[in-house]
Amino acid sequence: MGFLSSLFQRWRGSSSAGDARLLPEAQLSGPMPWVIAIMIALTVVAAASGLALRNAARTASADLEGGVTVQIVTAAPAERLRQAAAVVGVLAKAPEVAEVRQVAQEELNTLVEPWLGTRPGDDVEALPIPALIDVRLKGPATPDRVAQLRALVVPVASSARVDAQAGWLAPVFAAIGTLQWLAGGLIALLAIATMAAVLLASRNALGNHRDTIEIVHMLGGTDRQIARVFQRSMAFDAAAGGLVGLLSGVVTIAALSRQFAGLGSGMVAGAVLHWQDWIVIAAIPLAGVALAVLTARISVLAALRRML
Amino acid sequence: MSQPDAEIVQFDNVGLRYGTDKEILADVSFTLYPGCFYFLTGASGAGKTSLLKLLYLAQRPSRGLIRLFGTDAITLPRERLPGFRRRIGVVFQDFRLVDHLSAFDNVALPLRVAGVSEKDIARPVGEMLDWVGLGDRQHARPATLSGGEQQRVAIARAVIARPDMLVADEPTGNVDPEMALKLLRLFESLNRLGTTVVVATHDVHLIRKVPESLIMRLDKGRLSDPTGALRYPPRRSTMAGADASPSL
Repeated sequence: MGFLSSLFQRWRGSSSAGDARLLPEAQLSGPMPWVIAIMIALTVVAAASGLALRNAARTASADLEGGVTVQIVTAAPAERLRQAAAVVGVLAKAPEVAEVRQVAQEELNTLVEPWLGTRPGDDVEALPIPALIDVRLKGPATPDRVAQLRALVVPVASSARVDAQAGWLAPVFAAIGTLQWLAGGLIALLAIATMAAVLLASRNALGNHRDTIEIVHMLGGTDRQIARVFQRSMAFDAAAGGLVGLLSGVVTIAALSRQFAGLGSGMVAGAVLHWQDWIVIAAIPLAGVALAVLTARISVLAALRRML
Repeated sequence: MSQPDAEIVQFDNVGLRYGTDKEILADVSFTLYPGCFYFLTGASGAGKTSLLKLLYLAQRPSRGLIRLFGTDAITLPRERLPGFRRRIGVVFQDFRLVDHLSAFDNVALPLRVAGVSEKDIARPVGEMLDWVGLGDRQHARPATLSGGEQQRVAIARAVIARPDMLVADEPTGNVDPEMALKLLRLFESLNRLGTTVVVATHDVHLIRKVPESLIMRLDKGRLSDPTGALRYPPRRSTMAGADASPSL
């Protein structure tokens, strides 16, 4: 890391050579690149998690937006079949319905098998499983439109229950929203911790180089010249730390992605990162550098103002 | 005797104390004029270094008025201090060289601080180091230089930017008599170019080497004016004459 930081420092332009020689830059920040690397890596993982959760919620929400489920809840199989057929018939003619499909019995059996068992002797067909009708509306399934559908269905099927699919996942969406806020809060805390670390490093460096700073002041050096040295040093350290942190974070994201992909769940499958998200993630080290430089500048200028 | 041009420094009833201790400097009043050569003498602890600190704006007085280059230095906004400090070359008693910089970079520091480009730095700094006899020690760090060599680097740093005023605190304390004389001649050369020189020293022999100099004497924080020149400074054109030479 020290090598990376010093490599960046060698790339600096010759125009800044004068300021650069005022203080020994290599000794200004100490372990700062490592601290920033850890902060950036954690921020990258937190941001990626927040973005993936948002994408999962959006995908699920889009899938379920116009979805309505009609259940025929009656124990008599013949009556259940009659009411289901009547409902399909009514809904197929409704103008706001884009698609209506009765879920096949085999499909229902497959859905309930994990809970009811498939061992020899088990007979899921012996259970009074409601008939399910999957309805896709042409727009979102608002409470008003669901009520309209209910008004259409109930006269022909007294055992029908009409529910918007999104309603079932409302608690999940609420939990995802909370997790997103948590990720945002974590990022904010990491930013504050980074600022605090930079503040302490700057003060420490100012203390270590107080004599040199006084000499530079006595020779007519300005606070801004001295602050520039600290800013530049912090920028190189933050860039080195940011690069390492970004790489670590991306490796962690890749590992987590592989593990979640193995779950094969529909909701988790939507938790992917798009190219726009990768731009946001790539910008995190840049934001880290900007934050570190700004914090160093403000803290150094404030400390210098207390000197004559 | 008529007054020279506008004063470069004016102290009026200046007092300085650190914390609640008694005053180190009390009721100090004097005026320094451009192009003059001043010696500040006094016993150890008389307040010479404190007075110089006020001169090079490293310290604010506890009371009194200080005008520097025609401007009230007491109320001078902090952001204007660097501009004034660049007009003052300082040779610190303890040299105060920057440890991590070579002799060359230490001498170049005032030029870099002033924003002089790197291509305009190498030649004057090299010549200055040659002049103080350290041409072959340009790349040496202060820790590897002797006390006398460090002092010469400090002097070279103080004069490299051709300041309007040079303030030197015991500048020849660590060098042999031959080098002391050589450095004094450097100060005189600068003085002839118009730089006001203020040298704090105990060394009476050194003072006698500059017969046209004016003398300020500090005694327990109070300033005496043995030649009267601080109150009635001679014109620079007359200072070179034997009649104007101060006696100790």
